[in-house]
Order: sequence, then C-alpha cells, then structure tokens
Amino acid sequence: MRLTTCLLVAFCLLPLPSLAQEAARIVAENRAQIEKPSRQTIGPLIAELVGSNDPMADDILSAWADKRLVIRKSDSAMFVAVAEGDGFALIALDGTPAGTAAKAELTELKPNAGVRGLIATALVQFTLSDPDPRKRQAALTSIAQDPTAEALEPLRAAIASEEDAGLKAQKVRLERLLTLRFDPSSQARVAAIDSFGSDLGLDLRAALNPLVATTRIASSTPPEGNIARELRLGSDIPEDEAYVLLVAASLAPARLTLEDQRAALLANLKDGMVAGVPVAELNTQAARDRAYTALEASGAVPVAATDDEAKAALKAAKFYEVYVEPDPAVTEAAEEALTRIGTKVGIMQTADLGLDALSLASIYFLAAIGLAITFGVMGVINMAHGEFITIGAYTGYVVQLYVPDYTLSILVALPLAFAITFAAGVALERLVIRHLYKRPLETLLATFGISIALQQILKNVFGTQARPLTSPAWLDGALVINDVVSISYIRIAIFVLALIFLAFFLYLMKRTRLGLEVRAVTQNPAMAASMGIDPDRINMLTFGLGSGIAGIAGVAIGLFAKVTSELGTDYIVQSFMTVVVGGVGSIWGTLSGAVMIGSFQKVIEFFNPSNTLAAQTYMILFIILFIQFRPRGIIALRGRAAGD
Amino acid sequence: MKLTRRTLLSSAAAAAAMTMPRFAFAEGETIKIGVLHSLSGTMAISETTLKDTMLMLIEQQNAKGGLLGKQLEAVVVDPASDWPLFAEKARELLTVSKVDVMFGCWTSVSRKSVLPVIEELNGLLFYPVQYEGEESSKNVFYTGAAPNQQAIPAVDYYLEELGVTKFALLGTDYVYPRTTNNILEAYLISKGIPKEDIFVNYTPFGHSDWSKIVADVVALGADGKKVGVISTINGDANIGFYKELAAAGVSADTLPVVAFSVGEEELSGLDTSNLVGHLAAWNYFMSADTPENAAFIAAWKAFIKDDKRVTNDPMEAHYIGFNMWVNAVTAAGTTEVDAVRTAMWGQEFPNLTGGMAVMGANHHLTKPVLIGEIRADGQFDIISQTEPVPGDAWTDYLPESAVLEADWKDLQCGMYNKDTKTCVQLTSNY
Amino acid sequence: MTHPRHRSALIFLASLAIFTIAVTIAAQFGLVSTSFVKTLGKTLCLCLAALAMDLIWGYAGILSLGHMAFFALGGYMVGMWLMYARTEEIVIASMSNGGLPATPEEISQGIATQIFGVVGASDLPAIWSFANSLPLQLALVVAVPGLLALIFGWLAFRSRVTGVYLSILTQAMTLALALYLFQNDSGLRGNNGLSGLQNLPGVTAGQDAVSLWFFWASAAALALTYVGLHAIVSGKFGSVIRAIRDDEARVRFLGYSVEGYKLFVFTLTAVICAFAGALYYPQAGIINPAELAPIASIYLAVWVAVGGRGRLYGAVIGAALVSLLSSWFTGGRVPSVDLGIGTINWVDWWLVLLGLTFVCVTLFSPKGIGGLFDRFAGVHAPDRKGAPLGPDDGSLQEKEAQE
Repeated sequence: MRLTTCLLVAFCLLPLPSLAQEAARIVAENRAQIEKPSRQTIGPLIAELVGSNDPMADDILSAWADKRLVIRKSDSAMFVAVAEGDGFALIALDGTPAGTAAKAELTELKPNAGVRGLIATALVQFTLSDPDPRKRQAALTSIAQDPTAEALEPLRAAIASEEDAGLKAQKVRLERLLTLRFDPSSQARVAAIDSFGSDLGLDLRAALNPLVATTRIASSTPPEGNIARELRLGSDIPEDEAYVLLVAASLAPARLTLEDQRAALLANLKDGMVAGVPVAELNTQAARDRAYTALEASGAVPVAATDDEAKAALKAAKFYEVYVEPDPAVTEAAEEALTRIGTKVGIMQTADLGLDALSLASIYFLAAIGLAITFGVMGVINMAHGEFITIGAYTGYVVQLYVPDYTLSILVALPLAFAITFAAGVALERLVIRHLYKRPLETLLATFGISIALQQILKNVFGTQARPLTSPAWLDGALVINDVVSISYIRIAIFVLALIFLAFFLYLMKRTRLGLEVRAVTQNPAMAASMGIDPDRINMLTFGLGSGIAGIAGVAIGLFAKVTSELGTDYIVQSFMTVVVGGVGSIWGTLSGAVMIGSFQKVIEFFNPSNTLAAQTYMILFIILFIQFRPRGIIALRGRAAGD
Repeated sequence: MKLTRRTLLSSAAAAAAMTMPRFAFAEGETIKIGVLHSLSGTMAISETTLKDTMLMLIEQQNAKGGLLGKQLEAVVVDPASDWPLFAEKARELLTVSKVDVMFGCWTSVSRKSVLPVIEELNGLLFYPVQYEGEESSKNVFYTGAAPNQQAIPAVDYYLEELGVTKFALLGTDYVYPRTTNNILEAYLISKGIPKEDIFVNYTPFGHSDWSKIVADVVALGADGKKVGVISTINGDANIGFYKELAAAGVSADTLPVVAFSVGEEELSGLDTSNLVGHLAAWNYFMSADTPENAAFIAAWKAFIKDDKRVTNDPMEAHYIGFNMWVNAVTAAGTTEVDAVRTAMWGQEFPNLTGGMAVMGANHHLTKPVLIGEIRADGQFDIISQTEPVPGDAWTDYLPESAVLEADWKDLQCGMYNKDTKTCVQLTSNY
Repeated sequence: MTHPRHRSALIFLASLAIFTIAVTIAAQFGLVSTSFVKTLGKTLCLCLAALAMDLIWGYAGILSLGHMAFFALGGYMVGMWLMYARTEEIVIASMSNGGLPATPEEISQGIATQIFGVVGASDLPAIWSFANSLPLQLALVVAVPGLLALIFGWLAFRSRVTGVYLSILTQAMTLALALYLFQNDSGLRGNNGLSGLQNLPGVTAGQDAVSLWFFWASAAALALTYVGLHAIVSGKFGSVIRAIRDDEARVRFLGYSVEGYKLFVFTLTAVICAFAGALYYPQAGIINPAELAPIASIYLAVWVAVGGRGRLYGAVIGAALVSLLSSWFTGGRVPSVDLGIGTINWVDWWLVLLGLTFVCVTLFSPKGIGGLFDRFAGVHAPDRKGAPLGPDDGSLQEKEAQE
C-alpha cells in the first residue's frame, strides 16, 4: 500500500492524468489473456503492468490474485470488487468507484495457483518493506517458494530496516539460502553453506541438493566439467543402463528388440518365405534369429549389435557422473554439509517413526480398551463393540449439529457418548449376553447379529455418506519439533486420552469397591454371590463400562479419521488381536499388545514405504505366529486368575 | 421418507392417467430401467446417491410424459458391494425383470463382473464413473471420464501451470489407481520426468493412519524440486488423508494435491478450511455457473428434500447418459438394444457445465475437463476448463495400448489393432 | 430295515434328488430362469461348505471363522486355469492374424499382457506356472487349501489354542490372506481378482446349458459329501470328535490323540470347502479378495447356527434358507411395507431383520431350525430342572444326553 500512496502522491504532484489510464489500457488490450491466463505466457503482461507506474496496477494485480477481479455479466465490463454486505462494491480499472453489484451479476476471474504465484513474485519487490507485516510475510513466502537470483538484492536491502524480530530472522535465513545458490562469489557461497552447520531445515536441503545434482554420461575420454566420480560397470551402473548411455553418446548401435526383429522379418516376407526360411517354421525364437542373420548377411536389414559386440563396446567406454554445478568448491562444501545433515536426519527420522508408532499404538489401545474390559475381564466376545465405537462417533457428529462451538461440543460429546453407549451396553447385556454366559461361542454369533443390525440401522438413519466431525481449532495443526519430527495435536490428544483411560482402568480395578467386586465375580461368580455380591449387577455394570469407553474412543477416532457406519468394523478385528496378543485379562497386556502391533506395523512400513497394505498383511501374519508360540499372549496370567 | 417404488409407481400411474389419454392402451406396460447400484456395504457411500439420481431422472421423464408413450419404471436392486452379486443381479435384471437398459456400477471390478453377463445377453449398461480406460465393450456406454479426460489434463496443469517437477502418486490399492498411475508414469517419463522423481504408494481401502505417508511426501521436497501429489485415493480414506494434510500444515502453495476421486460429496464429510487451494479434476463441478446446472441442483435438492445435499460428477454422467438414452430411444423408436446403440453414436446433449457432450463410436463421451480448487465452503473454484476432449478407450501412453483402437461404428470392434489391422477380440477382456 | 440313524440321510438324499430333477425339468420348460438356476447351483455349493462347517463346529466344537478362506482359495485355483485357458484361445486366435506364426514366448507374453494388463503388469507370476494344465491346477484345488489348513492347524492345535482364541486366530488368518490377495504384487490381480469365469474354455454351449451342468455337479457333490460325512459322524470317529467337543481333557486322558483328530477334521473340512469353492466360482463368474473377508466366514457359521448344529441336514437347510432369502430380499422385488409413519424398504432393512433373527435363534432356539424336526418327531430334551449337565455345559449336551 505504501507504494501506492507514494505513487499517488507523485501523481498528484505531477499532473499526468493519462498515466492513471495506463493499467486500464494494458488490461483492455490483453483482455483475453487475462480472462484465461497461463503461467507460461502471462509473465510479460504482469511485468508490463508492474512497470506501468500506474497506481492502479498494484490494486488490479492483487485483486486478480485474490479472485476479486470481476466481469459484470450485463456489459462485460471489468472491475475490481470489494466485498460489501451481501454483494460487492465495484471500482473501475481507472480507480473510480462504479457502484455495487450482487454476486449473481458478476463473473469472478479465477487465475490458477501458478499465475497467482507469478503475481506474488512480481509484487515482492514492493512488498518486502511494506508497512503491513502480513504482506512482508507473504513476500517472504513467495520468495521461499520460488527462489530467483533477482530476489537476492531486494532481500538484502530489506534486512536492515526490518523491525519484527521473527520476520528479520526469516529474512536473514532466506538471504543465506539465496546466497548459497545465486551469489557470484564462490567463497560467499561456501561460507553460506558452512554457516548452516547441520541444520535440519527442509528448505536448506532443498537448496543444497540441486547443487550436487549429477548427470551420467558415457565417454571414451574424461569429460570436461566438474566430475563427481567415475562409475564402475556392474556395481555402480547396470549394463543395460550403461548401454543406453553409449547409444545416446553414439558410441554404439542400438540393440535389436524383439518387436523390431518381428517387423523386419515381416517386411522381408516373400512368397511365404523369409530369407529362405518358411513362415510356418518361424514359430520359435531360434528360427527367427536364424532368418534375421540370413537377412543381415544379404544386407536387407541393418546389422544389429550381437551380445559380444555389446560387451566389447561397454568395455571400451568409460562412464562418469558429472555435477551440473560447475564450481568444485561449492559442490564439495555442499556434499560435506549434506553428509553432516544426513546423519542427523536419519536419527530424526527414526524418532519420527517412533512417534508415529506410539501414536498408532495409542489409537489401537483406545479402540481395544473397552474390549479389554468386556472380553479381557469378563470373557464376553462382543462383536458389536465396533458398532459402539461408531455410535460414539455419530454422537459427536450429532452434538456438533446442535452445539456449533467445537470445543464445547467435544466436551459435551465425550460424556454423552459414554452415557449412550453405556446404556446400549447395559441393554445388550441384560437382553442378550446374560443368557449366554455359559456359551461363549454363541455370544459371538448373537453379538455379530447385533453388529450387522446396528450397522444397517446407523446407515438407514445417518445415510451412507461420511459425516463431518471437526476437532476444535486448538487441536488443529501439529507439534513441529523440526522439519523432520512432527506430530499432529489430535494424535497427542488421543495419546493423552489413552493414558487417562489406562489410569482410570487401573484405579477402578485396583482401588474401588466395584473393581474388587468385578475381580471377584470374574474369578468365581458362585463364591462372589455367596459373599453378598450381586453378580448380575456387577456383570451389567462392567459390560456397560466397557461399552461406554468404546463410545468415548469413537469420538476420538472420529476426530482424526472419518465418521461412517463402517468406522467400527475397521477396528474390531485389530482390537481383538490387540487384546489376545497382549494377554487376556491384563490391562498391561493390552497396552503392550497395542505397542507391539503399532511399532511392528510402522517398522514394516518403513522398509516398504510404497505398499502400506503389505505392512498390514505381515503384521497379521506376525500376530498369528506370535500366538502360536505364546498362546496366552505377552502377559499371561498365572495361577487362579488364569481361569481354565 | 424414502421414495419407494410403490409411491413412484402410483405417482407415475397418476401422471399417465392425466397427461396421456391417447395411450390408454399402453397402461400397465412400462419401459423398465434397471438401477444396479450398491445400497449396502462399503460402496453404498457413493452409489446410493446415484440410485437417487436415477430415480429423480426417471420421475422427471415420467412427468414429461414418459417415453414412446409408455411410463418408465425403475427396478432397483442391491448388489451390496459384493462383486459376484453384481453379475447375479445383472442377469436377474436382464432375464427376470427384463429391463431395457441398466444404469449402474461404480468400481471397476463391479463393471468387470457385469461385463460377461451383459455381453452374453446383449444388455445395455451406462457406467457413470471416471475409470482407468483400457476397455470398450459393445454393450457399455462409458459416461465417466477416461484417463485422458481427467488424469492427463491434470498432470499437464501441474507441469505447465504449477511447474511441478517431482510427483507423488498416492492411491488406494485397486485397479483404477494402479492403471492410472501406470499411464501417468509412462506419460511423465515421456515428458522428461526421471523415474526416480516419481514416488508411488498404495494404501488399503478405508486407510486412516496417514501420518507417515504425509511425512514421506513432505520429505520429497528435500531435493529442491517442486513436489505435486496426484491422489487416486478412493472414498472415505480421503477424509483421514486430508485431515492429516491439514494437520501437517501442508499448504496448496508448497505441496498441491490433485485428486481424481474427491468431489463435493466426499468433501461434505470434512472441514475444508485447511484445504483451500488443493485441487480436483473432474468433468463437472457443482459450482459451474450455467442455467442448466442451477436447474439440476434445484431439482436434486427438491427431490432429496435436503437443502444441504451436493451434486457431483458421476451424477452429471448419469444425467447426460440418461438423457442421451432417452433421445436415442426416441430416435430409434424402440428400446431394442442394437437399434438404441446405433442411435447412441453421435448423440449430443448439453453438459451441465456448458457446451455439448457427444457420444463417440468408441462408447466414450467427448466433454471438457475442469480443474477446481477447493474452497472453504467445500465447493470448488473452477480455475481451468479445457476444450471438449474425446474420451480415449485405449491410452496412447502405454506401448501395448497405443496400437489399439475402439470403434463400434465403422470397425465394429472394441479392441482393434491398428498395426496388424485386426480385431483382437469382440467381447471384453474381463 | 434301515437303522433309524440313517433315516435322515435317506430322506435328505431323496429330497435332493427330487429337487434336482424338478429344477432340471422346470429349466427345460423355461419355468425357472438361467440366473435362478445359477443361484440354486451356488446355493448348493454354499450348503456343501456349510456341511464342512457343521462337521468342524457342530460335531468337533471348533468354531473356525476362516473356512471361507479355503472356499475362496479353491475358487482361485480353478479360476486360474479358466482364465488362462480362455485367454490362450483369444491370444492364439488374434496372433494367427499377425503374419508370422507365434512363438511360444510370444503366446505366453500375450496371455500375461491380456490377464495382467488391466492391473498394470505384463509378466506371468510364478504361481501361474501350472495354470496351463487342468489336471495340475485341479490338484492344487485340493493341495493348496489342504496344505494351508494342515500347517495352520498343526501350529494352532499343537500350542493348544482353543475356544474363542482359535476363532479369532482363524479370523486373523482369513484377514491376512485377504489383505495379501488384495495386493497387486500377489500375482492374482489384486482387488480385481479373476473374472469371466463362467465362460468355459472350449465350450460353445450357452450359459443356460452350462448353468445346468454346474447345478448337477453341485448337487452330486453335495450328495456324495453328505453320504461321506454321515458315515463319518455316525461311526466311532464321530463319537470321538463329539467327545472332544464336550470335554477335550477327558478324551485326552482316555488316550486319544485329540490334536490328531482335530487336525484331521480341520484339514478335511478345509478340503471340502475348497472343493465347494471350485464349483461355486465358475457359476458366480468372478472371484476377488473380498470373498475372503472375515464376515464371509461368520456368515457361514450363522447359516449352520440357524439351520441347527450337530446335524448335517440342519447345516444344509440353514445355508439354503438364509442365502436364498438374502438373494430374494436384495433383489428389489419384495414389496415394501407401509407402516403409516414410514415405509420399510426391504433393501434397506433386510440386514437388520437378518441380524435380529440370529440373535433370536441363538437365544430362543439354540438347536436352530433342525430343532423343529425334533419337535415333530416328538423328541424332547429331558427336564433336568435346571441342574447342570456337567462341568462345561454346552448347548447341545442336553440333546446328546438322550441319544
């Protein structure tokens, strides 16, 4: 804006009204291009506008980038629009106000991100020292995304006058990044590289890596330029690839492909014979080779390199890797810096993987903790557990429909989800499971019936579309430790929630009357009953509790994944396995089961990053094998508590 | 209340009684339209909407007086996201319900399951979803996009407009992402992108643990090249993916994501304020500013009795497909499959986004490709609209497919080898 | 004349024969459609799988939630040959127009491109090595699932994994297998699976004839298996496995090799399932990893539970009834019920009904539909006034006690 004001003042002093029309004229002349701009061709036009000295040029460009440059449908006139009430206030391109219009009367011009980037870059030199810190920030972002040699000087000039400490630090860092790439002096570049030490920044690696980029060439003599190394055939470069380089350097003829051979044979087909071989015999590769050799001998087809010739050609040539960057001092410094950084990045990546594994483990734990109670403690297989998780998630969604404040809605949703699934759990226990305590396998079937019925009911009620469950703003974003290690706040929240539940579970089972009674009923219901404990009541409460926790887990899982009627199904098998692997009946077992499954999965993902499905497959295979060797899980109960 | 067949029939009968006294003899005789979309199971999330779209289109057509003097009747079946069941239901529709045409399928595998049945029984299927191409069946009209109508223009946009030089191809592990990514890899290599600058990852359906993959993609930027993500992630796995992207603070300026399976419907499941600027490529966006589109949206909202429901690309595909079929039947004067198919070639119908869609002799549509940027309200800003692109059944970028061509009109073959000048096969390669 | 123990088997075989003949005649006169013949044929295959499930669960007491994995594996094995042979025909026909006669390499390359082009590969994976030979591939139908069951069973029974743990473990097995097959790299076309299986290579007859052949084959397989299994369960072997179901420890103390019996039953049932799958998928036309999803095996258990465990005809009745009802309700031809406040559209509500039926069957009729036959036959469980039958009272012991 300061530029505009300056220019405005300048224009007032120098009465040159024609200049005020300049931008409008340029726009009018290039109307078609402005309506359908392309990054490839729009550059000169933007430069012309910037160079026009018209005070409106800046406004027009920024309005254009903000999708506020509009065309009035009635007369196809172009305006800068400013939102005003329901509609827009229009400003003509020469700066005069032009009334208002409703949204429906206008067509907004929507330049693509590439064009917007160009506009931002063009405006950088004006905005690097703009009084508005946000504009300065935008200018820095624009340079960082699209670093150019031209930006170096304006950036250096803008450092001294910067008052904001944060922005100043950014500018200094950006200046050094640009220096190491674009400064004419070799020493200045090496110094800039060394000044970073083993900084982990992604931007630094992005600046250094292009400096050490290489190309591979084949040559009979050592080539000119900054040679990185000579490649050994076989170990450094496979023979096929090397031969392609040879062909590219015209040091050897191309190899004959099977398709070419076939085409050549077909082309020389005469009277059912190819070079004296009948067509009917050409149904083996050996016969085709024979025919082709005969054709070669007669000169009908070009001579193709044989295997021996190819080997000889490969032996005769040498292969080099050559840096694109010509300055050896710079490449050397960059290589050193990258090695330094590489070690640290490796350590940090491991740490990040550890965090991911921990986060996955806490999600599995959260999904499984309800089961640890109903299955682990009571021994009831509840296949509808997944649907309780889903119900929890849908509760969160419904609450957000009525409570628009996200923080408040989550605070309401958590206890409400607990209450609803607790009630559902109690109902299920009273109506179905109570009758089946002696028949565990049939509990599995009955609850499976409940599961498919519930899932379909949820589908009929909420529809099949995924429903939004939005986390509060303070859970947005991620805790960024550095450019390698980061974890989203929502995952931290799930981790904390998992810890809270662990503590709650331990407290409940070890320190409360209810916990004591639960343990008593689990171990020997008849004896517990004769001590005055009502086993029915305890079973009901325990089951309700396990289901209620599933509801809360549902809210948490819905926050980071999706809310559909299939949500629970995705977790049910995994949850059962978590409990079984860990060891039934022990919360520490469930915890270690979750940690083991989570970390194992992440480690496989690390070794095979392009196929996440494989990681899940091997994880389950591992679990199957693990149970074969430790059928009672990681933490096996001993003595009486072990039951059977 | 859901619109059931009974209410539909009674309203249809009422409409017939009022508007068409001339055709009183045709009463009770209807033209049956099979709707073969999953209403339960994993794909119900996407396909139920299309079933409702078909019911709406049929209701509208009946209100206009039906077709050939008869009322249209929808026969809705539920293949329950179970692929063998698709074949069974298709056979049932054709032989028991004796439908004249079918509209249905979403996943490629469901289409592949139905193909042998409709080819055997000479049925007619309109398939409304963008797909991987490499197919042209005599009995299927593909109203969704082929790769050259969605993937290739989107990659061109990346290369030319955003200057992306390093690509991350993320997809769900099934045939559409696999084939599309193969085509894209070949295309990118032909454009001079080295193979090591193309990162590929496949995840299971409904995947939700995205943190490591997002971190991997962000780390791709370490060599100073501009990275772009091409996502063929399917269905509700997208929700977790976008939530993780937003949490990682990945902005569309530094790391744009263009998605081929994310439309208005998928975005309605999440808060898009952190995703502004990410891209999607389709042949239709709800935000298209045309009178046809406004009318379609208004009709849809009225039909579904929900003001918040959105429209999406496969719905437009059914809209075009259904209307083309109606016009072809009118032109042929019969619903007999071979006559209708002949009448379909060259059939034109206005797109909802402006311009005309044309049905080619290879059974694919010619229509424009749109690229949209996600807005904070879950809609898209259309930032690029190409000239109409004819759908290409066999891609030009894979060597085995480049020599193939589909033309049912002149060559009468869906898989014709241009080199050997022979028809490789008449029925499809399932 | 016949021992009363064999009466049910004779009645079953007679009904199956009458049913088969009736369907054949009806099909000849066009009274039932080809699609319905296919549905019936597939249902017979499902009944066959249910028989196996009944043997292992109803008689041996092992609730396996992974038997549909063997069913699908059988389908995959036969599907590989069907797909290979059909594609070979197409490739040879198309290459004969190419000018030069095709080399064997070109043919196998052409087949690989045809089969795997759609999933983006062009080489035939090693597991397809036998796909060119029908006898070898048929041998694999038995060998692959049998071997998998043998290894899995040996590991599981050896470490004494029992009860619900075994159920969860078998469920994990089928899930792992499904996820593995979902991967494109597994060499079985990933999510797309094998398709077009209803077109038999070298057969020019229409689907109306082919569907009948498969219907007969399925009926014959069901009859033979029924007779075989009936012989097994009514003999000494049957007594031992029922004893294992009711009290494993006692049987072990009596000197029987419990693990050996279990392993035999597990492997035998796996092979029966695989055989059923090999007949089923050429009728279904397509097989893909979704067929192995854990839910499929749970349905198998549900059919047996609904029909009545511990009696072979119960499993058949349960499988036939539930799968046919399922097919009918999802077909869209069931009239909606208008309740005044809203309409019940069966396509939407069928699963709810099915789910609640399971619950009711489990709660109120543990013997399933088969229990009704007892009632007609006037067989009543002894009234024990609530006294427990033994240390580990299962639902079937009451019935067993009075036999």
